[in-house]
Amino acid sequence: MGMTMTQKILADHAGMEKVEAGQLVKVKVDMVLGNDITTPVAVKEFRKIGLDRVFDVNKIAIVPDHFTPNKDIKSAEQVKFIREFAREMGIVNFFEIGQMGVEHALLPEKGLVVPGDAVIGADSHTCTYGALGAFSTGVGSTDMAAGMATGEAWFKVPEAIKFVLKGKPGKWVSGKDVILHIIGMIGVDGALYQSMEFAGDGLRHLSMDDRFAMANMAIEAGGKNGIFEVDDRTIEYVKEHSSKPYKVYTADGDAAYAAVYEIDLCAVKPTVAFPHLPENTRTIDNVGDVKIDQVVIGSCTNGRIEDLRIAGEILKGRKVHPGVRCIIIPATQKIWKQAMSEGLFHIFIDAGAAVSTPTCGPCLGGHMGILAKGERAVATTNRNFVGRMGDPESEVYLASPAVAAASAVAGKLASPEELEY
Amino acid sequence: MKAKGKAVKYGNNVDTDVIIPARYLNTSDPAELAKHCMEDLDRDFLKKIRRGDILVAGKNFGCGSSREHAPIAIKASGIACVIAETFARIFYRNAINIGLPIIECAEAARGIDDGDDVAVEFETGKITNLTKGKEYAGVPFPEFMQEIMASDGLIGYIKKQLRVES
Repeated sequence: MGMTMTQKILADHAGMEKVEAGQLVKVKVDMVLGNDITTPVAVKEFRKIGLDRVFDVNKIAIVPDHFTPNKDIKSAEQVKFIREFAREMGIVNFFEIGQMGVEHALLPEKGLVVPGDAVIGADSHTCTYGALGAFSTGVGSTDMAAGMATGEAWFKVPEAIKFVLKGKPGKWVSGKDVILHIIGMIGVDGALYQSMEFAGDGLRHLSMDDRFAMANMAIEAGGKNGIFEVDDRTIEYVKEHSSKPYKVYTADGDAAYAAVYEIDLCAVKPTVAFPHLPENTRTIDNVGDVKIDQVVIGSCTNGRIEDLRIAGEILKGRKVHPGVRCIIIPATQKIWKQAMSEGLFHIFIDAGAAVSTPTCGPCLGGHMGILAKGERAVATTNRNFVGRMGDPESEVYLASPAVAAASAVAGKLASPEELEY
Repeated sequence: MKAKGKAVKYGNNVDTDVIIPARYLNTSDPAELAKHCMEDLDRDFLKKIRRGDILVAGKNFGCGSSREHAPIAIKASGIACVIAETFARIFYRNAINIGLPIIECAEAARGIDDGDDVAVEFETGKITNLTKGKEYAGVPFPEFMQEIMASDGLIGYIKKQLRVES
């Protein structure tokens, strides 16, 4: 029996001809990632090992992005602690304020992850790089510490669910709607311990930014990783961003899958996940009258340039509803500069939206847009758990940038089609 | 290794944001984190439990963020073991890595009620509901994970490995 894409990457990185689902393997990793929340714990664990150097100063990335620019004294202490560690160890890829971005938008943009890589990150959304045809998965701080020490990680080889994408999505349907649709279909543990493999003709209608958003939320279905077939668009992206050698893996024709789903992209509608689980999805024509207090457009899911362009298209010449705070957060410095040069900030500011420096900030209820008791937000982020963006009695509705921007104008959950053109 | 205590029970999809809300993640001190354990799900959690008690939950326990602060907070709050129908995979890894005993057993997770007295044997996976007089066969840890736990977590295991190699 053949292997899935993920199994082939794991086999190669374990120095084995073949692996099977359920097998425990030790793999060499190409990148170990951490942020300002998870790295402090990892550094403390790393110190316990007693090594005075990391396995490879070029294969570790530390991105203070969650509570930065430092929101309080304790956060500043945490970042100072990891900054000093990075300096002491000579870690090349430590991204300071001014160079940093939201980690999962930043690493592909900096060319630090390429097809065929095996990546672990002490952040659950590390699965984002599956969009590039890499195996990447979230781990905890202790795994990060072990990875920094040895350049290796233990995995149970996962089986996979295959999603065969067909057809072309409609005008206002993005990768975010497709992945919310899928999570609604299979549930928040629908891919528990499994890979989600995305393939099919429909891929050619999905941009890299669409694919990043989809792979990003594999964890929201419980997946170990999400991974996309590599095509011309992937290669074009990689050549533009990286000089690292890459390797394209394809699933064997006789690879076994736990399940295969066909997704007709032209039938997917703009989709919203209601509180308090990403699986509580409704199509936009079915959301009813949900008045909102805040809109957040940003995050590792949807803070990329295409997301901002879509928001710009909708907000141009319109005003954010007087009852709504609209916060737009480009995910990296490069995206920020691009959005600025395209005139998007004029559109946002004229519409009455605020534009922030890159940060994870409000997505996890850190800072830059915390909700009060009873308040509701539409966010392009990835989680809507109880208290995720603030008070335990606040609510988060997950949506695409198009729906978020339209909702900012309407003052309630709305489709772009409901606005006048 | 064994645990024996009263069960405190929750439902499906208990996520890491309710286990330890992100607003408290500007520290990694276990005692500080423990003060806010399960706060957004159950404000009385810390009043309810005693050191050595057993947390019982449904499917997909620990879903969401990779924050190791979640199993750290649970362990530091005094919980001796978590029994669930299933665990989210990062939480599962993290719990093993930091030495918080966890065990998967759907029958036990469903059969044990809040307040029941429960005993767990980790090597065999045997779970006993002392209140109801019932036994359940949980999934014991794979051998290599038992090795990690016997080394007091992943760091101890790595230290041993490095010594062997050098």
